Amino acid sequence: MSKVGVFVCHCGRNIAHTVDIKKVLESIKDYEDVVHVEDSMYMCSEPGQTIIKEAIKKHDLDRVVVAACSKDMHEDTFRIVTKEAGLNQYLTEMANIREQCSWVHENKEKATEKTIKIIESTIEKVKRNQALEPYNVPVTRKALVIGGGIAGIQAALDIADAGYQVTLVEKDSTIGGKMAQLAETFPTLDCSQCILTPKMVAVGRHPNIQLLTNSEVENVDGYVGSFKVKIKKKPRYVIEEKCTICDDCVHVCPVIVHDEYNAGLSPRKAIYIAFPQAVPASYIIDPSTCLGIDPLICAKCKEVCDPKAIDFDMKAEFIEEEFGAIVVATGYSVYPYERIGEYGYGNIHNVVSGLEFERLLSANGPTQGVIRRPSDGNIPKIVVFIHCAGSRDPAKHLPYCSKICCMYATKHAMQYKHLVHDGVAINFYIDVRTAGKDYEEFYKRAAEEENVIYIRGKVSELLQDGEKVLIRGVNTLTSESIELHADMVVLATGLLPSEGTQEISNILKLSCDSKGFVKEAHPKLKPVETVISGVFVAGTASGPKDIPEAVAQASGAAAKAETILSSDFLERDPVIAEIDDLTCGICHTCIHVCPYGAIYYDENQNKVLVNEALCEGCGSCAAACPSGSIELRNSTYESISASIKALLRV
Amino acid sequence: MKDFEPKIIGFLCTWCSYAGADLAGTSRIQYPSNIRIIRVMCSGRVNPMFVVNALQQGADGVLIGGCHPGDCHYQHGNYQARRRITMMKKLLEFLGIEPDRVRMTWVSAAEGRKFAQVIEEVTEDIRKLGPMKQVRRKNEW
Repeated sequence: MSKVGVFVCHCGRNIAHTVDIKKVLESIKDYEDVVHVEDSMYMCSEPGQTIIKEAIKKHDLDRVVVAACSKDMHEDTFRIVTKEAGLNQYLTEMANIREQCSWVHENKEKATEKTIKIIESTIEKVKRNQALEPYNVPVTRKALVIGGGIAGIQAALDIADAGYQVTLVEKDSTIGGKMAQLAETFPTLDCSQCILTPKMVAVGRHPNIQLLTNSEVENVDGYVGSFKVKIKKKPRYVIEEKCTICDDCVHVCPVIVHDEYNAGLSPRKAIYIAFPQAVPASYIIDPSTCLGIDPLICAKCKEVCDPKAIDFDMKAEFIEEEFGAIVVATGYSVYPYERIGEYGYGNIHNVVSGLEFERLLSANGPTQGVIRRPSDGNIPKIVVFIHCAGSRDPAKHLPYCSKICCMYATKHAMQYKHLVHDGVAINFYIDVRTAGKDYEEFYKRAAEEENVIYIRGKVSELLQDGEKVLIRGVNTLTSESIELHADMVVLATGLLPSEGTQEISNILKLSCDSKGFVKEAHPKLKPVETVISGVFVAGTASGPKDIPEAVAQASGAAAKAETILSSDFLERDPVIAEIDDLTCGICHTCIHVCPYGAIYYDENQNKVLVNEALCEGCGSCAAACPSGSIELRNSTYESISASIKALLRV
Repeated sequence: MKDFEPKIIGFLCTWCSYAGADLAGTSRIQYPSNIRIIRVMCSGRVNPMFVVNALQQGADGVLIGGCHPGDCHYQHGNYQARRRITMMKKLLEFLGIEPDRVRMTWVSAAEGRKFAQVIEEVTEDIRKLGPMKQVRRKNEW
């Protein structure tokens, strides 16, 4: 026999004007096991809460039903009230009679009848609830940041500055990411390297940061508080500590390949450093092209290396460590313009992507900051910039807006004008989207002060015409078709989730949206959390972003990670699955159904068990279990059946 | 027959459909009061037994509401629910119960209006089907 107290809220007139509260109280008062009913104008107010606390003590209640708003509004409030009155908080349930009754049914008679049913079914549920205590899960007070672009760098620095140990894992030979390849940044035109490299150096020498470049996360097990992570540190073939970046090796290396840092516009050797300010400051051998690794044909670099830093026998190392929280900052890749047929499938020599143009603008780029077109090295006099190349084209390419292209194409046009004073810069756009601080002003400056020409319209075709590129398009403001010749065309290519983003989503079991970007736990209210607790996302891994936004999100993710790392234990909701091993047939169905790998078979005990720290309480296993041996705590078959019965009672 | 008011049980997942029902409330969108809601954590929690149980205890129809495909808070619970309910409906048909009494729907937390529409539709559909004719077994829990 339970002693249930029912507290009905008027919510001012919100509930009371369509529900006859008096009638509800009359009816509920005689319901089985109900020993006390009471109403209040505002149950969530201080006096309302006092009513509940006093009633629990006075009538020795062991179950509480609060009939008021949705549990999303005030469940926590009333659970705390119950706890303060000395009753377990899981013995309180809310009956949603506002959002799902009084607000949606104007007919007072029907709303009152439905209210009574909702309360009765909640009484049936709460009677079957068990008292539960939250779990304490131990926390390893270290964070893992995956990806060393600006977002990863910011997140790692923030967490390290807060006093926690951080491991930063980067796939490439250096940190810096895409931002290190940019010339100048909009809207202030400050040089990207100048603002980024101090942060890179800070990462390299921070006592709390362990930097693992040329490394990848291989596997992640475990759960929030203690993720067990296996990291593969690929061989660099150059001993970082010994390398003095003297450059001798590069001069003797006979292998010449495209330089990725310069977007393939310049050559590099098989032994190289991505760029002079790379962190860690050490050369690296590219094993796929080096003639010294396998088979050993050439060892010229080793011969000239004074500090004896080159080691062809270096092997991959595997590092296994535990982390309390993970920040995913795996970034984006640029939409390959080779996929855009109307723009020549990448076969027109003087059509380049935004990132390639960025390198041409860069003082440390392949042309030392002089704009030269790839075909003949001449300075182009007419340059056409095409916005939305591959973006906002649901029929053939990316359906979404890549957010940064309008701004970077505007910046490119402006910088081109700064470098080639008599040049003509023409932008073809669909809309110019400049939502950001000082962005609109920047665009106005380009169009009005710097004589950048803007034509509203899409380019339908690019063709090679002798030395020039023939552009066919339409001006959608005047409805005139346009045909013009340019020396060079720059495509403002869109953003795709990077390969790393896809790989890490699989490893961490993160949900992704239809485009492949990591999905946030809530698009508005949980923008840095993912569906896996303890894993946070920063930067373009969750969608196209500009630098300030990526940095802000990284700091947000860092703060969230610090919340987890700030204590030795973490409280977890105890409303999880429970297996009755007397009836369990060990069929393993639940193990396959569980999206979190929270159910496992223990050979020694010959039992299927639930990992309490991994279980998120979705109940899929309970629905799948053929023998009905799994129950979700406080939402058992019996409890739901009793609720159904109460709802249908005539 | 005109006076027949169907009784419909709705199992709504807490993240999307239940939140969608709350939004219908906050937006004051009116819909028939025939729906009686039971909150579950995920539509994947809905054991087909719950559906049978509801029909057995006197429900004239059952609605299962989950997140849109690809949006499940628990990754793929809604897909599991869809498979189970599809199979369930075949079994109901076999037993001579109109499979249209059971309906699965996707309502997101942003779709208050859609939720109200779905309830209108379900209520009308079940009203047309008439009351459940099966013998109701007494439930002994």
